[in-house]
Amino acid sequence: MTAVTSAISELTPAPVEGEPLVEIRGLRKSFGTHEVLKGIDLVVHPGEVVCIIGPSGSGKSTLLRCVNLLEQPTAGTIRIGAMEVTDPDVDIDLVRRHVGMVFQQFNLFPHLSVLRNCTIAQDKVLGRKGADAERIARSTLARVNLDDKLDAFPAQLSGGQQQRVAIARALSMDPDLMLFDEPTSALDPELVGDVLTVMRRLADEGMTMLVVTHEMAFAREVAHRVVFMDDGMIVEQGPPEQVISAPTEERTREFLRRVLDPTHVEPGESEPY
Amino acid sequence: MALTRRQRARTVRGLQYGVLVVVLVVLALVADWETISDRLLNPQIAAEQFPEIIQVALVNTVIYTALGFSFALVLGLLLALMKLSSVAPYRWLANLYIEFFRGVPALLVFIAFGFGLPLAFGVRFGIYMTVMISLGLVGAAYIAETLRAGIQAVPKGQMEAARSLGMSSGRAMISIVIPQAFRIILPPLTNELIALTKDSSLIYLLGLATSEYELTKFGRTAMSDTANLTPLVLAGLCYLIITIPLGFLVRRLESRSAKAR
Ligand SMILES: Nc1ncnc2c1ncn2[C@@H]1O[C@H](COP(=O)(O)OP(=O)(O)OP(=O)(O)O)[C@@H](O)[C@H]1O
Ligand SMILES: [Mg+2]
Repeated sequence: MTAVTSAISELTPAPVEGEPLVEIRGLRKSFGTHEVLKGIDLVVHPGEVVCIIGPSGSGKSTLLRCVNLLEQPTAGTIRIGAMEVTDPDVDIDLVRRHVGMVFQQFNLFPHLSVLRNCTIAQDKVLGRKGADAERIARSTLARVNLDDKLDAFPAQLSGGQQQRVAIARALSMDPDLMLFDEPTSALDPELVGDVLTVMRRLADEGMTMLVVTHEMAFAREVAHRVVFMDDGMIVEQGPPEQVISAPTEERTREFLRRVLDPTHVEPGESEPY
Repeated sequence: MALTRRQRARTVRGLQYGVLVVVLVVLALVADWETISDRLLNPQIAAEQFPEIIQVALVNTVIYTALGFSFALVLGLLLALMKLSSVAPYRWLANLYIEFFRGVPALLVFIAFGFGLPLAFGVRFGIYMTVMISLGLVGAAYIAETLRAGIQAVPKGQMEAARSLGMSSGRAMISIVIPQAFRIILPPLTNELIALTKDSSLIYLLGLATSEYELTKFGRTAMSDTANLTPLVLAGLCYLIITIPLGFLVRRLESRSAKAR
């Protein structure tokens, strides 16, 4: 399975022609006096899968949250398709309708059934009622292999199942772009695979995806491009073979050494005996 | 005399039992049990209170409480949202309201609406309206605080997930946050319902038609008529019929939500 999909994504060239779907220019974000994003330039083309990696606190989540305006950027511009996200007059709800977000902590609605989790926004936001919404929810739940759990409540599901429902919930709104913020970090190791499989399939179907992740194997296989962030800046970006396997920047190398080899001990930290 | 700790504890406990036995024996010998039971729980007078005490008084108590509670819930929710508003004057107004109505006796509010407004402004509310407003205004102040705490107890990620799906903040509040807040506050809200059930007795001081009697007024009137405490005791028992199951429900809800953590 892994080998097959990996082969597919290697055969699929990064879709770089034409107009980018997402265009981020000079993005800055400060919390009080603490500048977290220090001028980010990033474009994402339709159908492209971009993985963002980097140490904790480097601003990966903040970058993602700026894209759907969960955080208000301090400076810079973001365009998604024809929408100027950073335009003060933009309809925020309209932007978010086109951008799906998957959180580390799933954030399913615990008081609603799996099916209702996937229909409520269709109903309340798109005005897509009853059978129509339900049909779409069933089909997105089938895409994440959970069409047998329609009536379950989130608390009755494993973490991996909950995260897949969260993906289906976002897909039910027919987004043009999907944002994933460490979707597998809160999962037990044995549950990570199911979620990554679903994401891999989504990528193969041509969904445009911006993924913050620590899963290097996933980034290597599925990403068209890997972006390494440190200290609020993009340090290095390029195809995974380059950024993960042959990074040019010392900071990237340093980070990958730590992530890929958890037993690695920093030179200064080694025990004296 | 050196007593060990355990010996001393046993002596103290023995002494407490001794006192209890002595008091009971004295009561049994001194009290006129026939008179007491005759004046407190006279079977014949008790029988005479039925079915009105249930069909009129208990039913009215429930109706008055339900009216007051409904109004309190709506107003309390409004106040809770005002307290969470980003517009400062709304927060001040809500705080002012809550401090005021938690600080004054409920009886005073009943007097104001039952007698004060008719006297001062010539406006006259029906009994249902008076109860609903008086009980609701007081209840809302308590419910507002409970609701605010409940809304804030819903994880921030819920609002973010709802907004990410394109819901407006109002829509997310109504469909996602408030339903969860209500689950969290169901136990304290039920306690508030118990308190309002008892507070509904305060309308006994307004002029009521016989058909409008609630438990306290009913018990008080029948007590005067019969020169016997039995009706009042029965009225008290009727309150317990409402409040004890509700209290039981609160403990069930609390242990359930404790388990869910
Ligand atoms: N709402 C906030 N208020 C203040 N500071 C914040 C806020 N959100 C994030 N920060 C700060 O911004 C910095 C970057 O945070 P961010 O969550 O974007 O990092 P990250 O790269 O996603 O890290 P991680 O891998 O741990 O998730 C951190 O120093 C964090 O403390
Ligand atoms: Mg993060």
